[in-house]
Amino acid sequence: MRKIAIYGKGGIGKSTTTQNTVAGLAEMGRKIMVVGCDPKADSTRLLLGGLAQKSVLDTLREEGEDVELEDIRKPGYGNTWCVESGGPEPGVGCAGRGIITAINMLESLGAYEPSEGLDYAFYDVLGDVVCGGFAMPIRDGKAEEIYIVCSGEMMAMYAANNICKGIVKFAQSGRVRLGGLICNSRNVDNEKEMIVELAKKIGTQMIYFVPRHNDVQRAEINRKTVIEWNPEVSQADEYRGLAKAIDGNTNFVIPKPLEMEELEKLLMDYGLMEA
Amino acid sequence: MATTKKKVVQWEPVDIKAELLKQYPAKVARKRAKQILINEAQENSPPSEIVANVRTIPGIITMRGCTYAGCKGVIMGPTSDIVNLVHGPIGCSFYAWLTRRNQTSASGEKGENFIPYCMSTDMQDSDIIFGGEKKLAAAIQEAYDLFHPKAIAVFATCPVGLIGDDIHNVARQMKEKLGDCNVFAFSCEGYKGVSQSAGHHIANNQVFTHLVGKSETVKTDKYKINLLGEYNIGGDGFEIDRILKKCGITNIATFSGNSTYDQFASANQADLSCVMCHRSINYVADMLETKYGIPWVKINFIGAGATAKSLRKIARYFGDQELSDRVEAVIAEEMPDVEVARLDVYPRTQGKTVMIFVGGSRAHHYQELFNEMGMKTLSAGYEFGHRDDYEGRQVLPLKVDSDSRNIEEIHVEADPLLYRPRKTPEEMQALEENGLKFKEYEGLNPDMENGTIIIDDLNQYEAEKLVQLMKPDLFCAGIKEKYSIQKLGVPQKQLHSYDSGGPYAGFKGAVNFYQEIDRLVNSKVWGLMQAPWQENPELSATYVWE
Repeated sequence: MRKIAIYGKGGIGKSTTTQNTVAGLAEMGRKIMVVGCDPKADSTRLLLGGLAQKSVLDTLREEGEDVELEDIRKPGYGNTWCVESGGPEPGVGCAGRGIITAINMLESLGAYEPSEGLDYAFYDVLGDVVCGGFAMPIRDGKAEEIYIVCSGEMMAMYAANNICKGIVKFAQSGRVRLGGLICNSRNVDNEKEMIVELAKKIGTQMIYFVPRHNDVQRAEINRKTVIEWNPEVSQADEYRGLAKAIDGNTNFVIPKPLEMEELEKLLMDYGLMEA
Repeated sequence: MATTKKKVVQWEPVDIKAELLKQYPAKVARKRAKQILINEAQENSPPSEIVANVRTIPGIITMRGCTYAGCKGVIMGPTSDIVNLVHGPIGCSFYAWLTRRNQTSASGEKGENFIPYCMSTDMQDSDIIFGGEKKLAAAIQEAYDLFHPKAIAVFATCPVGLIGDDIHNVARQMKEKLGDCNVFAFSCEGYKGVSQSAGHHIANNQVFTHLVGKSETVKTDKYKINLLGEYNIGGDGFEIDRILKKCGITNIATFSGNSTYDQFASANQADLSCVMCHRSINYVADMLETKYGIPWVKINFIGAGATAKSLRKIARYFGDQELSDRVEAVIAEEMPDVEVARLDVYPRTQGKTVMIFVGGSRAHHYQELFNEMGMKTLSAGYEFGHRDDYEGRQVLPLKVDSDSRNIEEIHVEADPLLYRPRKTPEEMQALEENGLKFKEYEGLNPDMENGTIIIDDLNQYEAEKLVQLMKPDLFCAGIKEKYSIQKLGVPQKQLHSYDSGGPYAGFKGAVNFYQEIDRLVNSKVWGLMQAPWQENPELSATYVWE
């Protein structure tokens, strides 16, 4: 089983990209579990056709210790398993501790056992790794591959670089590796070239360039992934392409994050920061 | 023979210090060296500076406690009619439950005594994740419904600070909701500050803000004092109260041994604050003076001589012949029994040696008792003292570092209605000239002999080393050190909880202490620690038929 965590700046499209890619992998016949690690619990909405999932932590709170695996995972599109860790409302408690508890609960209930026949476990993690809890999916024994969703916008690249710093920390003591950058295009000038260059400098690859298309929005309004909503559109093929790229990926590295000056220079070179 | 003690070669203090530091890495040794002081002559030369109240170096097994222990355990724990509710996982509450041996006579209005109860919100994983405020509010309500106390005090443990539960807001809301119960909270998370000392300060601030001055009852007694920094361990406070009563002195409020809500609330009506433990409570003494005009003096009821001296100090302040006569009569009545007991043990205790490593004042106060028995203190130090507790208050104000900045400083001003200077400036000056020093504490160092070793924040390693090198006849510390020291063949007396003994304060306490120490230092059991073959490994024997 390959265990993959998707990170990236808040609002960059991690949940959308993850679910659409998972749909592509499911179409290829892969068995996948998606674990949403966001207190908002909206990481599996498209696979489940709406927010029908009761989170692990809500279940834990209501049922006490007496929780079954079937109480916390729901079958979604393409025979996937969908799990939401959930968490407290904003401003109270400790969401990070919630994620740790939820993942431990899944493990102790045997969700990752070989008997489950999983090919992939995907962790869709909150935008910024603000504390230990949000790093839980990349600690030793959890996710081993990381993909960072980014775009050609300055802050998205900055966030990607920061996430790489976190990966370095855990990579040195464990098995987690960076599998590549996924460019979720925002139609910035020279975007593709810039991300390819950024990836190269970090020591990884741009694994796929997902063009911007309104069909993604249309599918979302219908609470579906693009592939489920309309398998014929061009965007569906893009996600199939990304799914294939991940499925066949063998390029796993410990990233080399850039210094701030290097990052700024990159933006200058590609003509964004005109003096 | 087993009973003969091998006296080691006389070590020089400098060599002992070097020996203590020898095992440390250079950086640690450098830091510890500043916390180990060889006491030296102080006339005509400025006292040597000791580094105190700084973080313990990680890896060192310290004797210190945490901030929560100082706030809940030390200051608020001894109060009988305030419900102490600990917000956190159960361990913090359970292990602070009935461990300090504070006694109470349940003297509150309705005879309440909540000390035997262990109350906690018992936070679980889900409370950490979703926040514990609702559970706290429910716990306050439950405690209120059960006991209808005058006040409920809420204590934060570490996880509460990490997840950011707003305990003060919950307390405020519950106080409003309940109407007849004062609810207030302490942000005394264990990790704040460098030792329990930070917890004392936090407790002082909140007690002063939420309790002092809240009483309507008018106290009309003639000689009214507050006793600050007396925690009634093993009944010390009972003995002090007995003596004060006999002298005709009214103790309005003890902070906080055997205290009640009303005592705290009326503390502003006393005419003099008497400070026992300077470290844990001097903040309240200062604030009482600033806000209400009550002067404070340092007193000490540990030791019969010190007790007599302290009583005379109080009498001198009130300046009333009637009181002075009565104090003298009480001393004259009490002292003969003490003398009999003292002279009984003296031949056996004289010349014995002791080390004391406790608290922020006990390492100093108990030397009085040992002096009375002819025992010499070889080495002493505090767990959580600050520089002023060693060197005297003239070193104040101390530099504010990042750790002390973590603790709230509350700003107090003279109360527009209740501020009333107890003496005119002229009267105060006359008293000062007469030798009664206000706001004065000279610290531990001047009372210790030249060449003695003063060590701040002693740790497990140094304690054992010190005992091995200097072979004292007695070692005084807390429960954590008890058995490691006794395994070295030296008796250990707990001066936090008094083992199961006490009271040791006042006149009767002195008698108890003489007898207890005589029993400890003269016990033959310490000579039997070694098995015969440890001294003489070769055994010789003959066959029965030879």
